[in-house]
Amino acid sequence: MISLEHTGVLLLLTLLAVGTLAQTQVLEASVWPWPQNIRVSPNQTFALNPSLFHFQYSAASAVQPGCSVLDEAFVRYLRIIFGTGPWLSPDRPDLKITVKNSLDVLVAVPGCDLFPEMNSLENYTLTLSNQQFVLKSHTVWGALRGLETFSQLIGRSAEGMFYVNCTDIVDFPRFPHRGLLLDTSRHYLPLQTILETLDVMAYNKFNVFHWHIVDDPSFPYESVNFPELSRKGSYDPASHIYTMEDVKTVIEYARLRGIRVLAEFDTPGHTLSWGKGIPGLLTPCYSGSVPSGSYGPVNPILNRTYEFMASFFQEISDVFPDFYLHLGGDEVDFTCWQSNPDIQAFMKEKGFQNYEQLESFYIQKLLNIVSSYRKGYIVWQEVFDNDVKLSPDTVVHVWRETKPVPYAMEMKNITKAGYRVLLSSPWYLNRISYGQDWQKIYSVEPLDFEGSPEQESLVIGGEACMWGEFVDMTNLTPRLWPRAGAVAERLWSSKSVNDTKLAYARLANFRCELLRRGVQAQPLFVGFCEHDFYH
Amino acid sequence: MALRVFCPRVMSPSALLLLLPLLLLAGVPLAAAATRPALWPLPVSVQQTPNLLYLSPVSFEITHGLDSSAGPDCFLLQDAFRRYHQYVFGYSENPDVSRMSSSVGTEIQKLLVVITSDSECNAYPNITSDESYKLVVQASVAVLEARKVWGALRGLETFSQLVYRDSYGAYVINETEVTDFPRFPFRGILIDTSRHYLPLKTILMTLDAMAFNKFNVLHWHIVDDNSFPYQSMAFPELSGKGAFSHAHVYTHTDIRHVLDYARLRGIRVIPEFDSPGHTNAWGKGQENLLTACYAGSQKTGFFGPVNPILNTTYDFLSTFFKEVSQVFPDNYIHLGGDEVDFSCWKSNPDVTKFMEEQGFGQSYEKLESYYIQKLVDIVSSTNKGNLVWQEVFDNKVKLNPQTTIVEVWKGSYYEKELSDVTAAGFATVLLSPWYLDYISYGQDWRRYYYVEPLQFSGTSTQKELVLGGTAALWGEYVDATNLMPRLWPRASAVGERLWSSKHVRDENDAYNRLTEHRCRMVRRGIPAEPLYVGYCEL
Repeated sequence: MISLEHTGVLLLLTLLAVGTLAQTQVLEASVWPWPQNIRVSPNQTFALNPSLFHFQYSAASAVQPGCSVLDEAFVRYLRIIFGTGPWLSPDRPDLKITVKNSLDVLVAVPGCDLFPEMNSLENYTLTLSNQQFVLKSHTVWGALRGLETFSQLIGRSAEGMFYVNCTDIVDFPRFPHRGLLLDTSRHYLPLQTILETLDVMAYNKFNVFHWHIVDDPSFPYESVNFPELSRKGSYDPASHIYTMEDVKTVIEYARLRGIRVLAEFDTPGHTLSWGKGIPGLLTPCYSGSVPSGSYGPVNPILNRTYEFMASFFQEISDVFPDFYLHLGGDEVDFTCWQSNPDIQAFMKEKGFQNYEQLESFYIQKLLNIVSSYRKGYIVWQEVFDNDVKLSPDTVVHVWRETKPVPYAMEMKNITKAGYRVLLSSPWYLNRISYGQDWQKIYSVEPLDFEGSPEQESLVIGGEACMWGEFVDMTNLTPRLWPRAGAVAERLWSSKSVNDTKLAYARLANFRCELLRRGVQAQPLFVGFCEHDFYH
Repeated sequence: MALRVFCPRVMSPSALLLLLPLLLLAGVPLAAAATRPALWPLPVSVQQTPNLLYLSPVSFEITHGLDSSAGPDCFLLQDAFRRYHQYVFGYSENPDVSRMSSSVGTEIQKLLVVITSDSECNAYPNITSDESYKLVVQASVAVLEARKVWGALRGLETFSQLVYRDSYGAYVINETEVTDFPRFPFRGILIDTSRHYLPLKTILMTLDAMAFNKFNVLHWHIVDDNSFPYQSMAFPELSGKGAFSHAHVYTHTDIRHVLDYARLRGIRVIPEFDSPGHTNAWGKGQENLLTACYAGSQKTGFFGPVNPILNTTYDFLSTFFKEVSQVFPDNYIHLGGDEVDFSCWKSNPDVTKFMEEQGFGQSYEKLESYYIQKLVDIVSSTNKGNLVWQEVFDNKVKLNPQTTIVEVWKGSYYEKELSDVTAAGFATVLLSPWYLDYISYGQDWRRYYYVEPLQFSGTSTQKELVLGGTAALWGEYVDATNLMPRLWPRASAVGERLWSSKHVRDENDAYNRLTEHRCRMVRRGIPAEPLYVGYCEL
């Protein structure tokens, strides 16, 4: 047994010499993201018979056939591992190799029809030995992670045989919130593109789809209570909207992969597209004493604004099952508020000294509305920076790199104030540059700030962000993968897994595996994959 | 109705395109243009009236004019007619709508294509190919006139770009007159199939997109250090051992396919077999071709550039380039000659001895020149011209300006290089500002668009030696997964710079047209990435 418990040795290149077969076959323990504990024994190899191999519920498992999450995952992973055939005859009596025909799956607690949550346990153990072939987990979500790992351990020989080494894995995520943000407002992303992204997220053990669904340019969410929002605010209400059915499809597709859907309805800024369907919602900007015809942020001084928000967010709270909603709150431009005489009068009336106070007034009321629906909320860092009164269970999302302070300092300040925090600043994947920028993305250490252990424990994870200014379905997938994989490993694997040179070989290998699975993931550098991408 | 004449030569193109929708609204109430025609690259002269003509997807046809020198036996045109009919109407989801509204206005029934000179229908395009055309769109028959098929291909593309759909979904085109010809005769795209192999499909799609942008040269950097995918008849081991795998090769059938596909689109294919550097992959299948590197008196096991001191080297090159000159029909072969690393030559005692014998002293540039000189002679003997990278000129290799074109690729001081190269009487092609593999955040197409290739100090004779330019997409970080969105529409900016008049450089107008052109490429199946926020009508 070679111990890989610590991460010094990532690639276990083992020459297999089993019978006449696989004389030069190189099997690697090449898992992405790298598990917390993994031991691989290259001297003992099992063959999997593709026409017989199956996943089965262990008798002791708390979940049994009929469990939607695992029933479907079993089908999915069989296809991922073996394809659809035809396969070569597995009967090779000349081979001195044990053939395994099943993996037992044992889940400790029931719950197949629930949604994953922030606190869902994702730990699992995978034992592949002569004595047992078993995947154990606390929850079905952990089983999903284990199945993914199992699928990445399988080697294929040139002759088309399937192998796995004797392996022992104990694994769990470092951070509970491992997110990916897609922006469907700057450019509309077809449903299929979102679903394919959810698949690849699962391959990377991401567990939160942050859906930045609406923004200034377009409002593709089709609201039940306010259908005018997308009818007037989308790019094209016939084709560029997400119907309720689409949204439900995304949520269920994500659930089956252990992924939470975190919806963001950003206000009071970034709302130009809202104004088209809801007259009077936005602040009219003035030029001198007359309205200029353009609009600014949500109008915070009108009662009907809050009536709208109450009704709208009630719907959102019902539609999106996750406990958390992302309420945005970033980049509020004060110039329009400043220009508006009614706002001036309101400020005077309330005794507000600055526009941050007006913003706080708005956010405070919004938070109260959302809290009343028993939802938790996540806000962008400005809400904290502007001293909005927040409940202690608020999650603050750090996105700015250097201002008002470097992001590590911001993390320190927010955790010091006792709030939980998410990091995105160094992971704006929409920002591209020449070369292997995944290395910079990979080298980030989220806890690299001055703070007590209590403060560090308030860092619940981070998110890779793919903002949509320059991204649509034509370039999303290659721009996202495998670069987002660097974030995935940072958030899942142990802090000590941080050597970019060692990661390179594994990530290049994983990228080839993504191609094999039909994902249009771009190359890290020169070279080729056995299963290169064909149109 | 007053005929308004817009000519980009007298009126800025932005004014042209801004005025058009206003006139449409004023003149013909039916034509609340959903999409206005966005021409890319902008022709030399466009005159349009507000009068709209309707096209029926069912009955409209593109066909040969009676007095054309080409007829139905011209496969190149037949294929182009079929293609462009599809581009004009292909993405129609609801042809009924068009048929319904086509009864409303004047119909245009056909586009007649007239070739006025020897058609060159079965020829390959070359540097002197005439790409000019004249297009007159009027009821009830439009006429596209060109001296050669090459101009007809460009005119068909322009015609297809003039058609748009009104708010009822009907296909419409304004009465239009276009006179057009390219500013530069050499408008290239470089692809690199060595750092990553590109499947045939990717290359063919690239040729399609090139035609949409009026590019006319595919610079195929086919082999390099990393892999040798070209399957040679004379030396099959080159790809047998030098390709990434047996699946990562271009067979002769593949290459024929590329050559034919390109020819039918008026695109030349210039292969580059770069030497003496960038040849690691050659060495795997051809023993003793590369220079053995030494550490002290011991061979290191590593290899450097092609070994220039052996007769066997030149025997090999003769046979190899003879084959290449037969396989690739273009009059030019690119011989590379860039970035030769001298350290391995310096380490090799045999090379050192040879240097002494030849009296080269310590000048490895002279050794490089010795090699290139012999290579150029070999290639010239096949009656081909050659292109070389600028180092060959910089290192003072003796070259013949009649047969050699110098390609300028280095980033800094390229204006000076253009000046020097043309002062020495060489024709030149510019790449330096158009390395599209260098990506950055935001609208970098503007930078490519902004370039003026003739902005260097030199006489008008010197300026005439600038044949054009090439947008290069080197392959270190590019393969089939990301090539298309990385190349398009960024390369389109270069396409317009090389085709359109020098004065066509209004970025705001370009933005509007390119946004629409990009959507058109997407509708035609090219995953061209967005310029900025927005969406495409499908």
